[in-house]
Amino acid sequence: MAQYLMSVLDEAGGRGTAEEMAAIDVFNEQMQADGHWVFAGGLASPGTATVVDGRDGEPVFTDGPYLESKEHIIGFWIIEAPHLDVALRLAAQGSKACNRRVELRPFLSE
Amino acid sequence: MTGLGAVITRVHREEWARVVATLARRLGDLDVAEEMAAEAFAIAVERWPVDGVPPNPGAWLTTTAHRKAIDRLRREVRREEKHREALMLSDTPEPPEDLGAFGAFDDDRLRLVFTCCHPALAMEARIALTLRMVGGLTVPEIARAFLVQESAMGRRITRAKTKIKAARIPYGVPLREDLPARVTGVLAVLYLIFNEGYLASEPGKEPVRGDLTAEAIRLTRLVRELLPADGEVAGLLALMLLTEARRTARVSAGGELVALGEQDRGAWDRELIAEGHALVRARLACGQAPGRYQILAAINAVHTDARDVRDTDWSQVVALYDQLAGLDPSPIVRLNRAIAVAEIDGPQVALAQVDGLPLEDYRVFHATRADLLRRLGHSEQSRAAYDRAIALAGNSAETAYLIRRRDQLGGP
Repeated sequence: MAQYLMSVLDEAGGRGTAEEMAAIDVFNEQMQADGHWVFAGGLASPGTATVVDGRDGEPVFTDGPYLESKEHIIGFWIIEAPHLDVALRLAAQGSKACNRRVELRPFLSE
Repeated sequence: MTGLGAVITRVHREEWARVVATLARRLGDLDVAEEMAAEAFAIAVERWPVDGVPPNPGAWLTTTAHRKAIDRLRREVRREEKHREALMLSDTPEPPEDLGAFGAFDDDRLRLVFTCCHPALAMEARIALTLRMVGGLTVPEIARAFLVQESAMGRRITRAKTKIKAARIPYGVPLREDLPARVTGVLAVLYLIFNEGYLASEPGKEPVRGDLTAEAIRLTRLVRELLPADGEVAGLLALMLLTEARRTARVSAGGELVALGEQDRGAWDRELIAEGHALVRARLACGQAPGRYQILAAINAVHTDARDVRDTDWSQVVALYDQLAGLDPSPIVRLNRAIAVAEIDGPQVALAQVDGLPLEDYRVFHATRADLLRRLGHSEQSRAAYDRAIALAGNSAETAYLIRRRDQLGGP
């Protein structure tokens, strides 16, 4: 089994609507039932982020996200699948449920 | 010696995909499979002149490559776990695992084709990977075919292989529900390879390259062998054969494109035409609704059926384009339909259908308009349309043809 990060991309910066949240719940339940679900979570807006650099002496805190972009990640799933074809299928369902594009990226194995 | 060279070339062509595919399944690593297959062929070049060609060259190559892979793994492993893994790899071919699930689909080469044409890879990566892994072309050969620096092509292939491994693109036949879409994806890759050979997309390239069209046909024959029941695979093969049959007649000695209506039909390859026609007839006889490639093949069958352009059954061509538009209502299909309409209802009717199609950036759109306007005697408008077509430069043969047609127009 491999694990994949499935990031939800958002342009508008809005939270999910009630219908979207309901569809996401259904999707989550199905993933849990099928043994694909590892973790899922929504994120607060990028403006709430703090970049921290602790590499050298006193840590430096910077207000805001590490890069300004039109699109940002507003939530993610971590899923488990035997291979990419299954993960792609789940990603398509997840994208439909949350009504947004998702980026699917494998975790490093070993 | 030359005889032996020819044997090795033939074995390479016939066995490369099988050797890579078998190793990829056994080793679970496409990269190592490719490298070991190349090494096995290199050993064959050294050994066969001395030892003679083995009775089953494919099995000899697979076994040699497999042993090399095990040697290397044993040599390279340092960690205990890896070492155990290497010891577990046997020297003898083990029975393939999930046999049966796909019945006739079960072939390592088919797994290889589907992996190389996976939709999670960029189209250019799919093409390069298919030519390398399935076709056995070298990286420099592929780089030359696509006018890309060797190093860039090497990176493209390496990146694709890295993604296959890291993202776990499966080495296997797709899930049943994905199969139709995935077969369509494979055919798109093969057709792009063919078209790149049949009519190069850029001015700096040789206009027509038989090596690429031949390679595309060879790969499509392989896919047809692996998926014999798929009508679209048969359709694509027929389409390629009927197009390839006209290849030599398509460019003049002076390097100029020759339009279908002006080609020397005696120079067409009758053998390829006969094979293509037989495939089209078989598809018609099966009674299933044809897909896009089968309809395109049928259109080409109508053209290649006519010994003289004046014998072309244009109403049949228009009917087939109508059928195609039902599946694919794209403006390019409407443009091609209008070209056939011009032969039945005249250029005026055709022009009315062509004008307004959203194909401003498409060379053939302007070339078609230019031709219809010329036939209607509108020299000035025709000239402007030829200029537009020439400006959207394709390859040199096409440009030479368009320039000559433009310069043959009467004065303004």
